[in-house]
Amino acid sequence: MIPAEFKYLFPSSVDEAVRMLAEEGEDAKVIAGGQSLVPVLRMRLAAPTALIDIGGLTELTGVRDDGDSLLIGAMTTHYEVQRDHLVHDHALLLKLVTDTIADPQIRHRGTFGGSLCHADPAGDLLAPALALDAVMIIAGPGGRREVPASEFFVDYFTTALAPDEILLDVRVPKHTGWSAHYEKLNRVAQAWSIVAVAAAVQVRDGAISAARVGLTNVGSGPVRAVDVEAALVGQEPSASVISEAALRASTGDGYKDNLARVLTGRALTAAVAG
Amino acid sequence: MHISVNVDGVTYADEVEPRLLLVHYLRERLGKTGTVVGCDTGNCGACTVHLDGHSVKSCQMLAVQANGHDVTTIEGLARDGKLHPVQEAFHSNHALQCGFCTPGMIMQAIDLLADESDPDDETVRKGLEGNLCRCTGYQNIVRAVQDAAQRMKPGAGPVQEQHSDEHVTSKQPVGGE
Repeated sequence: MIPAEFKYLFPSSVDEAVRMLAEEGEDAKVIAGGQSLVPVLRMRLAAPTALIDIGGLTELTGVRDDGDSLLIGAMTTHYEVQRDHLVHDHALLLKLVTDTIADPQIRHRGTFGGSLCHADPAGDLLAPALALDAVMIIAGPGGRREVPASEFFVDYFTTALAPDEILLDVRVPKHTGWSAHYEKLNRVAQAWSIVAVAAAVQVRDGAISAARVGLTNVGSGPVRAVDVEAALVGQEPSASVISEAALRASTGDGYKDNLARVLTGRALTAAVAG
Repeated sequence: MHISVNVDGVTYADEVEPRLLLVHYLRERLGKTGTVVGCDTGNCGACTVHLDGHSVKSCQMLAVQANGHDVTTIEGLARDGKLHPVQEAFHSNHALQCGFCTPGMIMQAIDLLADESDPDDETVRKGLEGNLCRCTGYQNIVRAVQDAAQRMKPGAGPVQEQHSDEHVTSKQPVGGE
């Protein structure tokens, strides 16, 4: 199908983009890579009055080293995240998750920030962003503000972003040397996860010193499996510890509970195996 | 809105509606009907073209988003009347039945070979994950991509027959793997 008519704007700076969003009102929409939004427009599930294309804001692309954290520009494509050595070294979980997103063509266009702002609970990047304590750096008419992932994902397709705000960067604390795995269950290639588990584990002196586990598509947003994490810390990374901890994954839904536990077990087993 | 797009080596300047999809611009305004619309939902990959040397689904993009960029379609691959080695490999390995998915398969195969110069079976299948063949002729497609990899190897065949796909793949990996 063909999208409904809209006004198209192409800002050349973040300030201009923020100003345009304010001027166009709440029916305007920011378009990043468009790999979720263009299908939505085409199916006429949404009909924004104006599209503000931030594809020209090159300052929002790329990954920077910022001391204890990485700063990932919102317009960095999945393809770039997959190949970035900083992400590989300090946030391996994000690389492994990104490898599984959609297909190569979509990964060339789709962006890290766009996926987070779209906030599809079946989207792959929400759970690792939550598990790794990512912080969203947001620009609006009142200046900049920071929102932790734990407060950013509000509901189905809904974030803490106000209609006149834009996500600029995502700060991801470094998890250097952590091993990780993303275990995803879907029916066919390209399909959304029915449930997926993002796990990162730090092993020191033969024991798990820290663990991060996030669940994809078990509710209206990503879920942090804190009980699983707590059951792992201080234990040796053995099969019995993992299977015991995985039983603590909980979703409030019988079928998905079972899936979450099985997949958490697999994700942790693969993660500790390095 | 006014756009300027380089398609298959020719720069076009056009006035387009912002809601025009890139694939419709290519087919209906430029007559590049080699690029086809398969599913219209972003799943099948039949409409795959290259944008600045990277494969994209042209039904998942607005024409205005291609403003100022380079697009290569299946129609831009042949050089001096000679097919691209991936096209030749599809031909000689019978890698098509109805042929509808072929333009997208070939464009994605070229993209894949830019990243993986000697892919194994599994790598080809992963790399073509975003392209569907409803005739289910995947075996010969995989074979063709691997054959193309051999044809495109540096030193393969007489020098004057060697092809380069640099004109469609400008990949500059960010960082290292």
